[in-house]
Amino acid sequence: MLLPALLGALFVLLPLVAMATRVQWGSFAELITSESSLQALRLSLQTSATSALACVILGVPLALLLARTSFPGLSLLRSLVLIPLVLPPVVGGIALLYTVGRQGLLGQQLELLGIQITFSTTAVVIAQTFVALPFLVISLEGALRTAGTRYEIAAASLGARPSRVLATITLPLVLPALLSGTVLSFARALGEFGATITFAGSLQGTTRTLPLEIYLQRESDPQAAVALSFVLMIVAVLIIAVARRRVTA
Amino acid sequence: MSAVRRSRAAVACLAATAALALTLGAAGCSTVGGGPDAAEGDAGPTTLTVYAAASLQEPFEDLGEQFEADHEGVDVEFSFAGSSTLVGQIQQGAPADVFASANTSNMDKLVDADLQAADPVEFTTNTLMIAVPAGNPAHVTDLASLTGDEINLVVCAPEVPCGAAAEAVERAAGVDFSPVSEEQSVTDVLNKVSSGEADAGLVYVTDVKKAGDGVEGIAFPESDSAVNTYPITTVKGSAQPELGQEFVDLVTGESGQQMLGGYGFGEPDTGGA
Repeated sequence: MLLPALLGALFVLLPLVAMATRVQWGSFAELITSESSLQALRLSLQTSATSALACVILGVPLALLLARTSFPGLSLLRSLVLIPLVLPPVVGGIALLYTVGRQGLLGQQLELLGIQITFSTTAVVIAQTFVALPFLVISLEGALRTAGTRYEIAAASLGARPSRVLATITLPLVLPALLSGTVLSFARALGEFGATITFAGSLQGTTRTLPLEIYLQRESDPQAAVALSFVLMIVAVLIIAVARRRVTA
Repeated sequence: MSAVRRSRAAVACLAATAALALTLGAAGCSTVGGGPDAAEGDAGPTTLTVYAAASLQEPFEDLGEQFEADHEGVDVEFSFAGSSTLVGQIQQGAPADVFASANTSNMDKLVDADLQAADPVEFTTNTLMIAVPAGNPAHVTDLASLTGDEINLVVCAPEVPCGAAAEAVERAAGVDFSPVSEEQSVTDVLNKVSSGEADAGLVYVTDVKKAGDGVEGIAFPESDSAVNTYPITTVKGSAQPELGQEFVDLVTGESGQQMLGGYGFGEPDTGGA
C-alpha cells in the first residue's frame, strides 16, 4: 500500500523537481517581472477567477438537475456535460469558434448586436469555463447524491419552501464539495491553453494568459518559459493549499 | 452511504485519469516521431529520419517518395513541426538524420550546440503575403489598408519567425499595425483567416497556395524586405550520414528546387551563409 503510494507521489513530483533544477535562480526575479509576464499573470488570475465564478453560477443548477431529478435522457445529458473532460482542448476551441465565431451558429445574431467575442478577454473566459465546468459539476453531483434527500424531505414536510430547503439544507450540506469543485475548476482554468489559443487568439494584456505566454517565450527565451512555468505552478499550489485549509477548517 | 461516495469518487477519478491519459497520449505522439523505427532499422529497411519545418511538409513528402523510389530498401520518415521545437528535440537526443529549418536562427542553435554533420546549406526562401478570406469582405488592397481599427488583422507574434518578418515589412512600409491577435504560428494565423474570424492575416506565400479556395492572397512590394531563408544540414551522430547527405543533395538539386518552386517557394539567395 505504502510503496505504490510513494511511487504515485514520485510520479507527480519528480518532473516538478526536474523543472526546478532548470530554473536559473540568479535571474529568476528578472525573468518573471517583465511587463509581458506580469500582464499575463494578472490576466490569468482575473480570467480564471471569473471562469470559476461562471462555473459556480452555471454548474450548481446543473449538478442539482443531474442529482435531484430524473427524466428520460438524464444519463445521456450527464455524459454530454462531461465531454469537455476528454475532448482535446483545441477541439473545444474549434467548437466554440463554430458557436460564437463570426461564421458560427450564433455569430450572425451576435454581429447584428455589434458583439464580437473572438479575440476578446470574454473569449478567454468562455474557453476556460467550457473546459472547467465539468470539474465542478462532477464534484458537486457526487456530493449531492451522497448527502441524500432525507433532510430535505424532513424540512419540506415541516413546511419549508423549496428555495429555503436549498439555501438552508442542501447547499450547506455540500459546501465542502462546492468549494473543492470551485478550486478544481479555477485550477483547470488557470492551466487552460488549447481552447484559448484556438478560440481567443493571443494578444498581450487582452487574451495572452500565462500558459500562452509560456508557450510563446519558449520560442525565443526558454529560460523565461521555465521560470514562468514555475510561477504558474507555485500559484496553483498556493491556491489549492489555501482552499483546502478553508474547506477542512 | 460511504459505498456510494466511494464509487462516485472512483468515477471522478477514472474520468480524470482518462483525461490525463489522453493528454499524455497526444503529447507522446508528437515528440516520438519516427524514433524507435530509426533505432531498430537494422533488420528491415533502412530508415532515414528527416526533421523539417512544418511549412515544408508537402514538397518534402513528395521528395521523400522520390527518394524512396531511387533508393531501394530505404524508408524516409518525417517529423514536421515548428523549427524551434525540432531543434529542441534534436538537442535532447531525438534521432534525426537530416534537419531542415524555416529560418537561419534555429539552424544557428543547432550549430551552436555543435550538432551539425556538415555546413548548413541555404536551399530555398519564402516571403510574406496578405491572406484574406474568400471574397475579401474587408476590401484589403495593400499593407496600408490593414491599419484601420475596424479591420481584424491577425499576425504572428514577434518571437516567432513569421512575426519577425511581419515586423520587418511593417517597418519597410512605414505603417503601424494594431492586430487583434499575435499568434504562435503561421498555421494559427491562416486558420483565423480561413474561418473568417480575421479579415486579414500575414502569412507566407506557400501557406496561401496550400490553403486552397478558402483564402485569397494579396502580394505587396514590401515583402522583399523580409525574405525568410531555409537552411538544411545532416545531423551529427546519424547512423547513415551518406544517405542523409544524398537527401540534402536531392533537396538542393534541380528536381528538389523544381518541387519547392511548385509549392510557391522561392530560389535561395546566392549570397551564401
